[in-house]
Amino acid sequence: MAEAVPGLAPPLIDGNKTLGRITRDVCAPIERRPGAAWWAGLAVSLAALAAGTAAVSYQIAVGIGTWGVNNSVGWAFGITNFVFWIGIGHAGTLISAVLFLLRQRWRTSVNRAAEAMTLFAVMCAGIFPLIHVGRPWLAYWLAPYPNFRGPLWVNFRSPLAWDFFAVSTYFIISATFWYVGLIPDLATMRDRMRKGVRQRIAAFLSLGWDGSARTWQRYELVYLLLAGLATPLVFSVHTIVSWDFATAVIPGWHATIFAPYFVAGAIFSGMAMVLTLMLVARVVLQLQEYITIRHVDVMAKLVLATSGMVGLAYLTEFFTAMYSGNPYEEFVFLNRAMGPFAWAYWTMVGCNVGVPLLFWFRRVRQNLWLVFVLSLLVNVGMWFERFVIIVTSLHRDFLPSSWSGYTPTIIEVTTLIGTFGLFFTCYLLFCRFVPVIAIAEVKGAMMEDRHEREALAPAHAEEAVA
Amino acid sequence: MSRHLSVGLFDSDHDVLAAARAARSAGWPIVDVYSPHPIHGIDEAMGLPRSRLSLACLVGGIFGAAFILWFEIWTAAVDWPLNVGGKPFNSLPAFIPITFEMMVLFGGLSAVVALLVVARLRPGKAPPFSAAGVTDDRFALVLERTSAPMTAARVRAFLEAHRAVGIEERVVGGEDL
Repeated sequence: MAEAVPGLAPPLIDGNKTLGRITRDVCAPIERRPGAAWWAGLAVSLAALAAGTAAVSYQIAVGIGTWGVNNSVGWAFGITNFVFWIGIGHAGTLISAVLFLLRQRWRTSVNRAAEAMTLFAVMCAGIFPLIHVGRPWLAYWLAPYPNFRGPLWVNFRSPLAWDFFAVSTYFIISATFWYVGLIPDLATMRDRMRKGVRQRIAAFLSLGWDGSARTWQRYELVYLLLAGLATPLVFSVHTIVSWDFATAVIPGWHATIFAPYFVAGAIFSGMAMVLTLMLVARVVLQLQEYITIRHVDVMAKLVLATSGMVGLAYLTEFFTAMYSGNPYEEFVFLNRAMGPFAWAYWTMVGCNVGVPLLFWFRRVRQNLWLVFVLSLLVNVGMWFERFVIIVTSLHRDFLPSSWSGYTPTIIEVTTLIGTFGLFFTCYLLFCRFVPVIAIAEVKGAMMEDRHEREALAPAHAEEAVA
Repeated sequence: MSRHLSVGLFDSDHDVLAAARAARSAGWPIVDVYSPHPIHGIDEAMGLPRSRLSLACLVGGIFGAAFILWFEIWTAAVDWPLNVGGKPFNSLPAFIPITFEMMVLFGGLSAVVALLVVARLRPGKAPPFSAAGVTDDRFALVLERTSAPMTAARVRAFLEAHRAVGIEERVVGGEDL
């Protein structure tokens, strides 16, 4: 049965559950009235969102002059936040697509929530370039559509045009993948909820799903195809984001390592965000038996591995700059580590390379409070990484006469807070109205896991007797 | 024309899988199997052919890539050539990232749209088959009684022998279940 068998990993989910029990446990949080913690979280998130909305309205009405950017530091807070949020999203696709292809069954407990995180993070990310174009009401000019200006088409050679296509494709495919994964669970909700508006919405969106094996067969194939497409997609998106920088000639940006460096950093920060969210969600939604210590342990190891990649990239960048003999390149890196923004640089190194080293210890990985704190620090570190890349490279460029400093204004800070408000508002609504765990996928994975154990257990039992 | 169906309800994926295998080897027509989660090996047990949906994905992906590549070259080199930093009008390598993205977008959406069409899923549709618990913890095997040796009683005995926990006989019209 599903008890711990010596030599085998512990079962996927705890408590030897029946299928019906899984449905009840996962649907419980969306069927009961939300508690005080949920309302408090929603109130704080909505307040942050409201502040952000006010800040965005103000800067659209007045203009980009409300930002602290200047002629030298033309990209600063806005693009830092854009890259930060896009990076957060990447862990969701990693869990839903890459780990699906790698047949990591544990992903079924976290993939729904991680994919939702992806969608909300990409929404937050999209806000910044929209404001940064200066006249957001003309943002549709980014799309190549037949227009009366010629037609004048977009410049397809520009990484910013690539970015527009990459991020839109990423959002559409992630949303599609998420919805396709949700269809069987919507049918489950349709069949068990009391009659009412929510039941009717679930019925409408479940597309008449009845669990037919013929449909399951096609569905699984399409799911596999989407995973196969989303895997190169997720790597391409952050690669293209890195090319926004790497195709420029600015020292500190113009580096071939940028694509893998950004992708590793994105997965690193996203995994940390998944940990932050899931550690809270599992307790508040009482899903400790589904998102177990083992899940936390595996994700902490992924954070550790990607932290190593990011650390290697930092060293490589430094080495390349020193070895290049290019004085501008050398200067940028020395200026990062010892210039006016050294505090930001060492915050980045400390949080992204130093702090995750603690995850080498099993006792740390299994101490959930510690994991929570460390994952928050990684988020801070990864935000600073983007800040360091953007601001330290720009504030002292080739000509000392054009050097300048950079301080964000209250408007920029409030906009960042506002996107956190948007993110957590969406997340809390998601936890309230959608099953946070993919019910059908957990059932399938758990049954496969259990059948394998049943096949192996007799052998172990005989050994024990002998 | 009405169809006579026997619906066997099971508690475990193993039982419904064994029952489906036995029904197929006895030559009884399996209408479908319904389950709350995908059952590994049920398609072979039912003798379902491989799905050809990957073809829709391939065609969509090729179309998306070819279309956008043509579009990029046409806009940048034919319709309104602009000299951007002295780069060639047809900057093929720079057109690849967007070509890749559109391949993924069209390939993915084609596969999903094809799934919805082939599996006849559409918003607001009522589920064609329903039995208590098939989206929760029950598994259903639906057999059609087409010929004389398949009497309701014999099918019932067969399903019971395969540990069915509930058996229903249904008469439905046409394509319904």
